[in-house]
Amino acid sequence: MLNKIIVAGFGGQGIIVGAKMLAVTLMRDGKEVTHFPSYGAEMRGGTCNCFVVTSDKPIASPMVKISDVAMIFNKPSKAKFEPNIKKGGIMILNKSLIDEDASRDDITTYYVDATNIADELGSAKCTNMVMFGAFAKATGLVSLESLIGALKYTFPKMKDELFELNKKALTAGYEKAFTK
Amino acid sequence: MARKTLYKKTSVLTDKIMHYCPGCAHSLTQKIIAELIEEMGLQKNTIFVAPVGCAVLLYDYIDCDTVEAAHGRAPAMATAIKRTRPDHFVVSYQGDGDLLSIGIAETIHAANRGENITVIFINNAIYGMTGGQMAPTTLIGQVTTTTQKGRNPETEGYPIRACELLNTLVAPYFIERVKLTSSADVIKAKKVLKKAFQNQLDGKGYSFVEVLAGCPTNWRMTPADANKWVDEKMTEFYPIKNFRDEGIVKEASKC
Amino acid sequence: MADNEKVLIKGNEAIAEAAVRAGCRGYFGYPITPQNEVPEYMSRRLPEVGGVFVQAESELASINMVYGATAAGVRAMTSSSSPGISLMQEGISYIAGAETPAVIMNMMRGGPGLGNIAPSQADYLQATKGGGHGDYNLIVFAPSTVQEIVDIVYNAFDVAFKYRNPVMILADGIMGQISEAVSMPPMRDPADIPDWALGNGKNRAVIKSLRLSPDDALAAHNKHLQEKLAKIRKEVVQSEEYKCDDADYVVVAYGTPARITKTVVDALREEGLKVGLFRPITIWPFPYDALKALSDRMSKNSSSKIFVAEMAQNQLEQDVRMAVEGKVAIDSFNRLGGVNFDEEDLFDFIKKSVK
Repeated sequence: MLNKIIVAGFGGQGIIVGAKMLAVTLMRDGKEVTHFPSYGAEMRGGTCNCFVVTSDKPIASPMVKISDVAMIFNKPSKAKFEPNIKKGGIMILNKSLIDEDASRDDITTYYVDATNIADELGSAKCTNMVMFGAFAKATGLVSLESLIGALKYTFPKMKDELFELNKKALTAGYEKAFTK
Repeated sequence: MARKTLYKKTSVLTDKIMHYCPGCAHSLTQKIIAELIEEMGLQKNTIFVAPVGCAVLLYDYIDCDTVEAAHGRAPAMATAIKRTRPDHFVVSYQGDGDLLSIGIAETIHAANRGENITVIFINNAIYGMTGGQMAPTTLIGQVTTTTQKGRNPETEGYPIRACELLNTLVAPYFIERVKLTSSADVIKAKKVLKKAFQNQLDGKGYSFVEVLAGCPTNWRMTPADANKWVDEKMTEFYPIKNFRDEGIVKEASKC
Repeated sequence: MADNEKVLIKGNEAIAEAAVRAGCRGYFGYPITPQNEVPEYMSRRLPEVGGVFVQAESELASINMVYGATAAGVRAMTSSSSPGISLMQEGISYIAGAETPAVIMNMMRGGPGLGNIAPSQADYLQATKGGGHGDYNLIVFAPSTVQEIVDIVYNAFDVAFKYRNPVMILADGIMGQISEAVSMPPMRDPADIPDWALGNGKNRAVIKSLRLSPDDALAAHNKHLQEKLAKIRKEVVQSEEYKCDDADYVVVAYGTPARITKTVVDALREEGLKVGLFRPITIWPFPYDALKALSDRMSKNSSSKIFVAEMAQNQLEQDVRMAVEGKVAIDSFNRLGGVNFDEEDLFDFIKKSVK
């Protein structure tokens, strides 16, 4: 079972909250899950990453060194986390901000033009949702429906129009992610 | 011949003999407080916060619930007690080292939050319990065991005026300085303290009363001379007046 | 959030919510990373239940506010991280001396000094062996999952009030940041004001730590405190053993390192090594008896070994040595300065050590 997930980018890209939505989805699917953000003095614009670990059994370590899945939102994160993906693992790249292909051929890489898709939908702020839609497609670990189902649960104060936007972004990510 | 009772010790004071030195203002201040507590019917409802310093044994003399604070932290404790038990009457009783030196942050912040408490400040310009060292309120030129040639502003800075300092804040409701050197002063001080108590009962907010106090032992004076020193020297630097009443500044601070 | 429904919640927020549900109605704190979610959560949550939140002017004020509120019989707490906890030590000593039931959370970060904000366990000795002046002990719980944080915090106020002794919850910074699914216990009404407290309405209360007279008053008070602590040692101590029954090698760890160790135990067992984990849940009182019994059994095998894995330099190890009494060899695995360790590091360390 793919169970160690790294989500990485810079602060302000919705890394932590997006990963929280994923963790809630997994929890609601009946899985054990831990969510552990990097924390530091950085705020908006700083590097930011988050570990999500999931399993059928209670999780011992919440830390991820070698990942099964790496969701990479920006270029510096690719350099940092691509080498540590497990052989046979999955990488999901935000093509809008990363103008290079995977450097490894022993992993499966999915590409999604996340920031541009989000922009076209109405707000670059939902880049993270496009990426998590792509995650559902790439890993099969969660379904698109259960991600959408977790949205309102994770963000109970979310307004209807934002919910619709995020739902569209998740769906677009699911549909538009591709491998080369 | 029928006898008429003209004076009776308030039952809020215990029968324990006070350890304060002759001429010390703590005993007189605590007597006034105890009388007020009796007169205002507050005994069962009062919580005192006792400081570190000569007044640490306050609970031996005033028969009310009391908690003993760490040095300088009385306003922080009083804040928490009043906030969590708002139906109680809470008094923070502190000396100059406690209130203005080690606890100056707690003093200012409790005042600045406008806590609905009453703070009573005994200013005798010296550290009494530890044997006469310099206090933050020690006057320029005043000899103490740590300023043996007199307080020198070049090295020890200037005395701090508590009322004036707190009067720069927005939140306090009542600030007044009193002394106890004559019967008239004592009667006046009691009225001021009563007001400070009533303010809290009425939910008005932070009330601060500074009492200029003699410390004959550490000043190396007789009680009579100490009174004279309060009247002549201390009041010169620490004027007796109301600084703020009903939240209105009466006297702009000249710190 | 409804009772018993699983919710995903961050460790720091779980502390706050569990405390509120345990009847905590006073929180006093000063911001410091990595525990700021506790005061932030309390600032919005406590007013909802009629509680009091005060952002204090310093940790000195925070701990003395907790002293005030607990002296008045109210369930109250503070939280901080290492440098802030150092500032609180004077107040903690007063609280222990005056016997008020304060609950204090230390979400440890790297030191000494300002250090960094990364997870650490370097306050173990401060928490368990003193910190402040005088003969006293805190009851110290060391949770290793968010659910355990919830359970421990929920219980901490009861324990503190039962013994009139301050309780500390000691966790490394990871425990505050990690989110996990937990079941929240039901909301409890705040307990009545106890008879010893200020403003109890029954008898006069004087809460103090100064004891000048008679001459032996302080000696008598210390004797009373020690008798109480002896009782706590018996009644409160808790530990967990994971795959220790047949173990030749046992790792002693608490908090996040204990979680990581569980993974390592499983991985080493797959390689045929009989490894187990001994996890103290209370670190004061330390589970000396349980670890002694385990090490006594292990000592029959002369090649057996005990490992101490901690994000500190030989702090937990001192208690382990006292329990083991030299009967089993001890090897330490230390990570300092806010550096956490990976499963792989500990795995390799143990494999190398047992060869």
